[in-house]
Formats: sequence, structure tokens, C-alpha cells
Amino acid sequence: MEGIIGYGAYIPRNRIKVEEIAKVWGADAPSYKRGLMLEEKSVPSPDQDTITMSVEASKNALKRAKINPAEIGAVYIGSESHPYAVKPSGTVLAEALGSTPEAHTADFEFACKAGTEGMFVALSLVKAGEVKYGLAVGADTSQGAPGDALEYSAAAGAAAFIFGQENIVANAVATYAYMTDTPDFWRREYQYYPQHGGRFTGDPAYFKHIIGAGQGIMEKAGMKPADFKYVIFHQPNGKFPFRVGKMLGFQKEQIEPGWLVNKLGNTYSGSSPLGLTATLDISQPGDMILIVSYGSGAGSDAFVFEVTERIDEVRDLAPKTRDLLERNIKYLEYGEYAKFRHKIRKAD
Amino acid sequence: MRDVAVIGTGMTKWGELWEKSLRTIFVETALLAMKDAGVDRIDSMYVGSMSSGLFTGQEHIASLLADYLGQTPVPATRVETACASGGLAFRLGLMEVASGMSDIVLVGGIEKMTDVNGYEATYALGTAADQEYEGYHGITFPGLYALIARAHMEKYGTTREQLAMVAVKNHRNGAKNPLAQFPFEVTIEDVLNSVMVADPLRILDCSPITDGAAAAIICPAEMAKEMGKPVVKIIGSGHATDRIALSSRQDVTWLEATYQAGKKAYEMAGKGPDEIDVLEVHDCFTIAEICVMEALGIVEKGQGGRAVEEGLTSLEGKIPVNASGGLKSKGHPVGATGVAQIVEICKQLRGEVGDRQVKNARIGMTQNMGGSGGSTVVHIFERE
Amino acid sequence: MPTPSRYWREIPQRYRFEANQCKKCGTKFFPPRLICSECNSQELEQAKLAEKGKILTYTIIRVPPHQFVDQAPYAVGIAEMEDGVKLTGQIVDCGFEDIKVGMPVKLEFRKIFQEGESGILCYGYKFVPANGNS
Repeated sequence: MEGIIGYGAYIPRNRIKVEEIAKVWGADAPSYKRGLMLEEKSVPSPDQDTITMSVEASKNALKRAKINPAEIGAVYIGSESHPYAVKPSGTVLAEALGSTPEAHTADFEFACKAGTEGMFVALSLVKAGEVKYGLAVGADTSQGAPGDALEYSAAAGAAAFIFGQENIVANAVATYAYMTDTPDFWRREYQYYPQHGGRFTGDPAYFKHIIGAGQGIMEKAGMKPADFKYVIFHQPNGKFPFRVGKMLGFQKEQIEPGWLVNKLGNTYSGSSPLGLTATLDISQPGDMILIVSYGSGAGSDAFVFEVTERIDEVRDLAPKTRDLLERNIKYLEYGEYAKFRHKIRKAD
Repeated sequence: MRDVAVIGTGMTKWGELWEKSLRTIFVETALLAMKDAGVDRIDSMYVGSMSSGLFTGQEHIASLLADYLGQTPVPATRVETACASGGLAFRLGLMEVASGMSDIVLVGGIEKMTDVNGYEATYALGTAADQEYEGYHGITFPGLYALIARAHMEKYGTTREQLAMVAVKNHRNGAKNPLAQFPFEVTIEDVLNSVMVADPLRILDCSPITDGAAAAIICPAEMAKEMGKPVVKIIGSGHATDRIALSSRQDVTWLEATYQAGKKAYEMAGKGPDEIDVLEVHDCFTIAEICVMEALGIVEKGQGGRAVEEGLTSLEGKIPVNASGGLKSKGHPVGATGVAQIVEICKQLRGEVGDRQVKNARIGMTQNMGGSGGSTVVHIFERE
Repeated sequence: MPTPSRYWREIPQRYRFEANQCKKCGTKFFPPRLICSECNSQELEQAKLAEKGKILTYTIIRVPPHQFVDQAPYAVGIAEMEDGVKLTGQIVDCGFEDIKVGMPVKLEFRKIFQEGESGILCYGYKFVPANGNS
């Protein structure tokens, strides 16, 4: 058996409200809030990036896993905002944890599903007996173009998972991947902001792949929606997870514990992974959890986890996701937000 | 070891000297000192300069300046120990004459700081700190002294106003010094309203960026007598180092290197703090003067602020400190400061400073400090 | 600004807080030293820096050196860690008015600065408030 032996989250303290962004661009805040079911999003401080958040989330995961970091054999960070275009993020994380030099490291990218991608691979290596422990992090400091709809939701956060075969907190019951070539959202090399296909990002993209992966994994595992205590979907805005959940046959109550987007924003590669850490925080032994991510381009990774007795021993060993979401909040005005997010053009 | 005396000094107006290069400023100053001493050849020279490389891109300045001074092939040495470079250059010159290796030695200090912008100057000055464990985290020179100031205020109740009084006193003195960069008075309100640099230190708590040089000629005391010069003898010299990083020290409010260097100088001179008539100390920031007073034993630990408030160190006070205007008003071309302090004390002891004169000054002391106190050089002089 | 090799050499300290300790008198050093400055012994063994401490003194830098221009104003302080070691670092994630002498802090991994638009990214530790939760 293999599964999650430790998990951890990290969310920066800064927030900006939808009203504050709408004010600057002359947009109608109430309709954005209603349409996106979103109130505010997290903003990284200038000294935070995918790497720094991954380090802190991974340290939280280590607190729960209680293993020697030198025994981690695989270190993966999935992100669409790796700080370097060429030079791995994973190596910095591995050094910070003390996992070097005997660890396989790779940086993953696949829009918002880069986090679960790393999880898929780390888990598989553990299952194959290739490594004793595998660490996968989904982290992003995503950018939305100024004035674009995505500016209201593009947020920052990180979630880390350590996989192993002993002292399992959540058994990995099944995995599934569903993917096509669908250009719904992309960023070309040397471009500063991503672009997207507007309403094309809905049915043929998000919904098609999540439904495909959700139905696929349930069929593979011989399970139906009612068998799950909780389900987590990728959260690009507040509405989509509930809509796709309904389409797949899930209830609101199954989705709510892992639904963070209304106060957090869309943390891209951290989105469904953080929904999973938040769900694990309140889960009980025996709970079945389904997580289906979505990354534009496009594809979905799905996992079924069964929570074990061990959750009671580890839950309190590191900060809980919703505590991180609610603690020490600082609200920014648009000017400071733009400065933090390097949206202001300065002299050379 | 023979007794050594200062027989000539030289200093030109300090400030933002756009038209003058590092070489020009130094040579003009050195020529004044040589003229004052009545010599036209020297046996050796020492030049203090913290960072001619970072400020002007020029290293190897000892030979460069010996050349431009017309003294080639004289042995020339550039001395660096951050802002105490000038004082240390003087000490090394002293040792060369005292040991008998040379008779007439020129000691100078020079810094040309205005050829780089403000941020680069802040960076260059910051290289006096621990680069990997202080500078790496964004600390600056004013920042280090601000850390000291806050700790001193917490520990001893030193007030913001007392810090300002140091600046007010030094500007009042500097207003009488025609060579000072800022020869005008400031009020406590001026200081307290000036722009914040590193809390709680404001711009008027900080010595400025300055171009300038200072120079002195030293020789055996016997030779000075023979030349018929007023004999200002160097009776004490002390030099000590401290942990370079502020965080490595036991007590950030205590300048241990100043205490150690002072102790050595007092011992060598056979004098105590209460026998000093006039002092030039390193007020790179107002808090520094307060801490130095305590470390030199002029006042009790923690009482430096009160001493300034009570006027102990004003020109008319019991122990006048920084009659020249100090680094605050006179300016702080880093490598030159230590020598300029010595120039002032020698002129005080020779009765040559006009309305800044401290009456009956016979014994004077200089204290020159590098970085956040990582090095200190102290000298004591006596007019025979 | 550090060159790649100068930066890389300090990684064990900046990323993992690796210190050392005198075998004879027990004094801990961060960064590690070759010789104990207290008892002069040259026998030191590996140790780890404590990650929690208290602020001893602090300031707000408003006139920065050039590689920190974008960050100013920022708070810097000296903290004494639970094992007695003192270090200098930025204090973040709190308002300037919240910083007090004696404030409990812990180390967090952050980006310290970047060398312009094309140079390396330099990481290390900063102090964040250590209140009850964690």
C-alpha cells in the first residue's frame, strides 16, 4: 500500500479585494463577485515566490510525516511560475530540506495541474519501489493581465505532499489521468502575461476534462459519487467547482470543506492541492476523498484517497490550511499590489 | 622608541568638490602640510582611504599619490580599516618614525565619494559590515547605528532629543570652522523634523557624503625642537578590533574596541580620562558620539546622552568634544576623517583655531572608528 | 552583490541554518567558525541553529543600498535565538508599528534579493512573528 504520509500548506498573508481591482479598471465589482463567486485573493510579498512557498509548505509536510528528509528520493515542484526559465526550482527545495544529493528532481509544468502532476509521478515511484519517499508540491504566484478577468482570481499559495509506504495518513486507492490537446489558456515564451480563449475555457476545456477524469476514475475504482465523503475540484473561480460537481452527481456538502477560492483566489498549481490539504485537515479515519485537478492545455489528474487512523495523530502537527487562510491578513490597495506583482514598469 | 611630534598640518575645504579629482584633493592638502612643516622632502608616506576602488575605480593609490606629490620613489602605503583608515595610517607613520626607520613621514587620508550615486555610496560604505551575514540582509551603515541607538534607548533611557543635541552642538562648533562642509547651525527641531533614514536616525543624525583630505607631517620630537617648531608630542596610541558583526557582540550598546584602544592609549600616555582637555571623536552618527564618550571613560556607561544634555561636552563645557564640528558638520570623507581629527587637535594645542579655541588646551585626544566599531584607533597628544 | 560561487558557498547556512559548536566550551557559532573565539579550541562539531528567538533591537531601513531599492522601506533586526546565537535579518509579515524589542520571531525561507533582471535569485532566512499558531 502507498499513500500520503505527510501534507502541508503555505499561504502568503496579503490579500486584495475584488472591489479594489474593479475600482481601478472601472469594472462593476458586484457583478464580478457574483459571477466569479469570489471576494478576495492572496498576493505574494515581493520576497515570496514558488520556491519560498514550496519550502515552507514542504517543511509543514515534514512535520506531519516525521521522516528524515535525507531519505526523500524524489522532489518535484509543479508550477506555472517557476522563478527561473532555466534552472530548477526543485533543487533549491531539496537543498533547503536537506534531501540532496541522492534525490531525483524535476520541475513540472502543465498550467494549473502541474501540482497533481508531480503528485502522480512521486506516488508512482513510491508504488514501484523506486524511492522510499517522494515529495510533490503544487505552488504558484500566478499573474493575471491588468484589467483582464483573470486578474481578479490569479493568486498565490503552495501545498506539499510526501508519499510513502509506512505510517500512511491517506491510502492512494486509485489514480487516473485524462488529457487532450486543447488550447484554452497559454503563455508564449517571453510574454509577461498569459492569454485565454474566453468562454472556450469552459465546456470544451475545464468541464470536459474534469468530467472525463472524474467518470474515468470512478469507473476504474468501481465507485460512485455517494461513496465519497469529500470531493475537490480545481477552483479557477467560485462557481465552476459546484457546477462540475453537480454535473458529476456530487452534493454541495462534499465540496465545501475543500472550497477555498472565494477567500483565496485561484492558486493555479496549488488550487486543488490546497483544497486537498484543507479537506485532510477536517477529515476522519475512513473518509473517502476524490480530487480532480485541471490544467489548461488541457488535462486532469484524479486521485482517490482513503483516510486512515493516523490522521488523528498528524493533523495538529503543522498549521491547518484554513488557519493559514485566516491568520495575520494584510489588505493591499491596488498600487501596492501592482508594485508587489511587478506590474509597474520601472527604469532599467 | 623615540618620541614623535607633529610639525605640520594641512586641510582644505571639504564638501562636494565636483571640479577636483582624488589626486588633486590629496596633493593640494599634502602640499599645505609640507609647507606648514617647512619640509620639501619626505622619507615615507601613509595614505588612509577606505575604498578608492569602489568610489572611483582606482586602487594602487599610494604610489599614484606619491607620484603626483612629486615624491617618487618614496615608499608609500595605503592603509584600510574602513572609517578608521586615517587614524591607522597615522599610527603606522608614528611607528615608522618612533622605530627610527624614517625621520620625516607624511600621513594623509583621502576619500572622493561623490563620483557615484547615493545608492552606490550606501553600498560602498556598507562593505564595512559583514557582507554575508549583515550586508546580505540589506543592512546599511546608518542601519547598524540605528540598531545601536534603539538598544541604547531601551537600555539606558537615552532620548531622541539627546541624540539631536549632539548634532546641534557639533553644528554650532562647525559653524565657526571655515573648512567645514556644513558651516551652519541646526536646531533640535530641525533634527527631529529631518527625513528618516533608518529609524530612529534621521538625516541630521548622520554624517554626510563628502570629498576631502587631511594631512600631517611627523618627525622625531628632538628634530622638531631643533627646527624651532611648536612641539606637539604624540604621547599615546592605541588600536583595537572588535567582532565585525554587530550581532556577534555581547552588548550592542558597548564599543569594546574603543574601550580597548583607549585603555592602551591612556596607559602609554600615563594619563586618565579626566586629564584630557579636548577631544575629537567619531560622530559618524549622533549615537556614536554618545557611545564613544562612555567607552573612553569620559562618562559612566549609559550616561552619554545625559552628558550632552548637560553641556559637559560643549565648547564651553568641562570636556569639549568635536570643536571642529565633528563628522556631522565638518563632513566625513571616510579615509580622511582620522587624520582631520588629528589636524584639529594639533591646531587646538598650538592655539591656532580662532573662535573655536578651547582655552588652555594642553592634552588632546582623537578617537577614530571603523564600521560599526569593528576597529578603533586612539591617539593622545601633549603640547610641551 | 554575490557572484554565483560566493552565494552557493553559504547555502548550508542560508537554507539549512547549519552552525557549529565548540566541543570544549559549548559555544555555538553561526556562521560556523574554524576556531572558537571564546576558548581558542579548534575542535568544533556540526550543530543546527535554533529557529525561534526574540528581537533584541531593530530599525527600518529607508535609504537602501542599490540592490534593495525596490524593497525599501524594510525592517531589519538582531534576534537572539533560543540557543543563544544572535543573528541579523529582515523582519517581515508584520506592520512596522508591531515590531518591539522582545518580540518572539521564527525563521522563514524567503527571497533576499535578485541580481537585476538577469542575475541569480538569492534566497535565505528572514524573521516572521512567532505567535501561538505553529
